[in-house]
Amino acid sequence: MASEKIQTLTDSTFDHSIGQPGLPVLVDFWAEWCGPCKRLGPIVDALASELDGRMVVAKLNVDENPSTAGRLGIRGIPTLLLFKGGRVVESVVGLVGKEDLKRVLEPHLAPAAAK
Amino acid sequence: MSDARHVVVIGSGPAGLTAALYTARANLQPLVIEGLEAGGQLMMTTTIENFPGFRDGIQGPELMGEIRAQAARFGAEIVQGTVTAVELKTRPFLVRTEETAYSAEALIVATGASARLLGLANERRLMGRGVSTCATCDGFFYKNRPIAVAGGGDSALDEAIFLTRFASHVTVIHRRDALRASKIMQDKALANPKISFQWNTVIDDVKDAGQGAVTAVVLRDVKTGDVSELPVDGLFVAIGHIPNTSLFAGQLDMDATGYLVTRDGTRTNVAGVFACGDVQDRVYRQAITASGSGCMAAMDAERFLESGS
Repeated sequence: MASEKIQTLTDSTFDHSIGQPGLPVLVDFWAEWCGPCKRLGPIVDALASELDGRMVVAKLNVDENPSTAGRLGIRGIPTLLLFKGGRVVESVVGLVGKEDLKRVLEPHLAPAAAK
Repeated sequence: MSDARHVVVIGSGPAGLTAALYTARANLQPLVIEGLEAGGQLMMTTTIENFPGFRDGIQGPELMGEIRAQAARFGAEIVQGTVTAVELKTRPFLVRTEETAYSAEALIVATGASARLLGLANERRLMGRGVSTCATCDGFFYKNRPIAVAGGGDSALDEAIFLTRFASHVTVIHRRDALRASKIMQDKALANPKISFQWNTVIDDVKDAGQGAVTAVVLRDVKTGDVSELPVDGLFVAIGHIPNTSLFAGQLDMDATGYLVTRDGTRTNVAGVFACGDVQDRVYRQAITASGSGCMAAMDAERFLESGS
């Protein structure tokens, strides 16, 4: 289901990945048992394609990586967190549509490349 | 935009998909627009024991998968899309989504209902940080922790019982002294040693937004006015649903609580528009009644189209 553009993060790679300078990183916190998370998956895939070059997209499976979600105070999924320089600049909890997500993320993203 | 469809169904819960099944079998080539919450409310449940035909119960997502596959088998076309507007003044009706638009000679509205919230500012602030409306999604985060469930119906008790798999303790907070839930659910919950009840109690606030995590709920006894705090790590809100009808404001008749008004079966005030499932049912709201009304909507739509309107 995940597209090639999407990184898979783990408890051990998380801090390093979201702390990199450069593009904002959108992290999708999900789990196998979570229906709404699975519904969000293709939407996040589509965003990864449409906003390629303006943000990086990553996923973290909370079941396999329980400590990261706990550290970040996440007690509900799906949760999307947008990181810039290692800090959370936007958070979206629950299942939200693609256009609504784009509106929320837009102000934080790198400018669109000139065509 | 493509040619007008005979039938467009908005919604993909048991009502919408049963309507799709029946209209497909009537050779009406229905188009189902499956929204964000594809599959409807049952997608967030675990075992369903009261849908006839499954004597050992069936998982919610599995049941919806079956009904979806059944509708598709007979020719229903199912597309994903978020409906943003409908125009019902003239036929064919127009249904706009984020990506495109469809026109329909007959429209079946099966948009269902979404979780009602308490309406507290801190409830929204703490959503995903201790406040939840999905026990199956979020129970995991509460292993050996105390939680509260707000509500008194089957959904609330179902969630409370499910959450005892994880939580150290579940307190059900209900504003009356009697539960709305079915007798079998009441018996199960009352007998569960991990579940206790706070009767005649409402939730006035959720703490602690400053910490960014739920630490307690502020309770008020509606009979005495006494205020107290219950320390919990999570609050699951299961106080009912509100019908998803904002799309139809000003176009379809609704009652005072937002439910679509139907008469003579599933007819709305607009000829050629039919409504089924929870979007028009304040009373029963069961998967099987939703399916039943989906069948009715399909038959009403078929007769409407046959009559050459």
